[in-house]
Amino acid sequence: MAESVIDNSTELPVEKKASKLAAISKFRELGLLAFIILLCIVVQTKNASFLTIGNLTDMITNTAILSILALGMMLVLITRGIDLSIGSTLALSGMIVAQTVSIYSGLNPVLAILMGTAIGIVCGIVIGFLVAKIGILPIIATLAMMNIFRGLNYTVSDGQWISSYQMPASFVSIATSKILGINTLVFIAIVIYIIAFYFINHTRTGRQIYAVGSNPESAKVSGINQTKILLIVYSIMGGLSGLSGVLWVSKFASAQGDTASGYELTVIAACILGGVSIAGGSGKISGVILGAFLLGILNNGLPLMNVSPFWQMAIQGSIILIAVIINALVKRGVDRNNLLRRKI
Amino acid sequence: MKKLLSKFAMIGLAATMLTACGSQEAAPEQGAAAGDSGGDGAKTYAMVFKNTGNPYGEKMMEGFEEAIKEAGGEVILRAPDQPTAEGQIQIVEQLITQKVDSILITGNDIDALQPVLKKAMDAGIKVLSADAAVNPQSRLVHVNQADPELIGRTQIQAVSEMINGEGQIAVLSATSQASNQNLWIEWMKKELEKPEYEKVELVKVAYGDDLRDKSTSETEALLLQYPDLKAIVSPTTVGIAAAGKVLTDKGLEGKIVLTGLGLPSEMATYIENGVSPAMFLWNPIDVGYGAGMTAVALVEGEITGKLGEKFEAGRLGEKEIVEDGEGTQVMLGEPFRFDKENIAEWKEVY
Repeated sequence: MAESVIDNSTELPVEKKASKLAAISKFRELGLLAFIILLCIVVQTKNASFLTIGNLTDMITNTAILSILALGMMLVLITRGIDLSIGSTLALSGMIVAQTVSIYSGLNPVLAILMGTAIGIVCGIVIGFLVAKIGILPIIATLAMMNIFRGLNYTVSDGQWISSYQMPASFVSIATSKILGINTLVFIAIVIYIIAFYFINHTRTGRQIYAVGSNPESAKVSGINQTKILLIVYSIMGGLSGLSGVLWVSKFASAQGDTASGYELTVIAACILGGVSIAGGSGKISGVILGAFLLGILNNGLPLMNVSPFWQMAIQGSIILIAVIINALVKRGVDRNNLLRRKI
Repeated sequence: MKKLLSKFAMIGLAATMLTACGSQEAAPEQGAAAGDSGGDGAKTYAMVFKNTGNPYGEKMMEGFEEAIKEAGGEVILRAPDQPTAEGQIQIVEQLITQKVDSILITGNDIDALQPVLKKAMDAGIKVLSADAAVNPQSRLVHVNQADPELIGRTQIQAVSEMINGEGQIAVLSATSQASNQNLWIEWMKKELEKPEYEKVELVKVAYGDDLRDKSTSETEALLLQYPDLKAIVSPTTVGIAAAGKVLTDKGLEGKIVLTGLGLPSEMATYIENGVSPAMFLWNPIDVGYGAGMTAVALVEGEITGKLGEKFEAGRLGEKEIVEDGEGTQVMLGEPFRFDKENIAEWKEVY
């Protein structure tokens, strides 16, 4: 008896330590995290005002919309799809809501947000229908819808901008107000991430999304309704784009025809940086957050470092490339470790 | 490729139909004045703007249309979706096939359009630029919305007055390649060389690429980098509005002043709340109108784009062609000042 007790007590801490290490080494986005920390140190040495509360708040607020969109894009990418229309959906929803509040200035901001989300969901359902029911390749369906929504936006707006003097203060204050001491944009992003975490990891539908993406054939055989899953995924993406449209217009206090044009590529870049596979089947929320933040840091940090504007884009591209390479190498190492442990 | 070909075929077809219609209407009274170009009916005047959905461009097109209608010509208004030279090259190619009489272009790139515009001129089309110039080899004449020298100098005079002639200022521009912004900034720097501005220091020229999010980040970076900054001068509509929003959100009205070139509707809030005591712009309708009148004069053979030639520009009065580096240009006037006094009436206009 006594012997076994002693045995247990000596074994326990070792086991615990090993599991902790294992937990860290299992974290596939380690390379990305390390890279972000390194980048922060470099920017900080160049400009001491980088890591101040004021600047960090600005940076997080500026990244909130990107992170919301990246989450939706992750779900789409997991199902082996892609959505190029989100910039246009965002602009369309933003424009319609801006026009509405410019006419009905008493509209409750919450209603404005819901209205934008609803417009986005409608756009998303159209794409989901094309992809899931008719079976058009996602890249083609969304490329077409990108142009259609953008054109619709110009038609709806008649080429006119909605400027800040036309928007009621209550609407513009969506982006500047605070909830529980946190900027509303950031608060909304956090709430969405918490819901998404539960949805993706703890609901049947959430897990089915991964199943459809990693092996469509076996998913079909095991009785997963692929059409339903794709429709849900594109509707979520549309809803998040519509929501982002309202937030975008409120943040910049202006709605114009070419709002966020080309933004879809930034969002896709954030996902890829975060380790979401274009081939489908894999992607984690933690990775997407890190990916969005890396882009946020670059947008905030490069101007602070006084980099020549001629170099800025090239540097941004190179940093993204290096981050992806480092992440891929570390990931490969982590995967190999995981395999080794399995053998033992 | 097939699609592209059929597209061109379609446009060609449309063009022949257009010229056919034209000759039916007005063939007897107007002979083939331009000779080698176009059909022999009412003259067609094309305008190619930077991109679609730009209210400034819409107003400019409105003025252009007004001028051409006055002269009894046909109007074609075109613009690419994105502000790229590639998009404009495609459109100009189509217009050459359509055999228009004149092309007015607001260049997205100063040099990139040269081959296609040369091709247009070789085909007998009168090419001119307005607002954003293309290089002198690719046009007959440029119509300048306002004297670049006056624009640059006026902004420095205004900002210096706002900060009482002392302190750090920064410029927030569009892209680093934008030809008109770069020229204005050069004139700002020349004005700053005068002794009365020796206490005004231009600390940085930042580029917001005319994107809301990038202009916002660049403004925030300026505020962090230069804590003693007294003023931001932004000679571009998206940049100045984004900077106005940042300064408003951070409650910096009165501490940092904002001026530059902006749209009255976009800037109304920031002029009314005091972030921007005043800003400037010309009247885009007049720019379009003046450019339209110049195009008419070119096509009718009144002018050829040579230095010293004069022509009647409708309601804008007589204009003279003056020197512009290697090329020639027509200048329209001084920028117009918008402040608390007049912004209320102008914000509804554009």
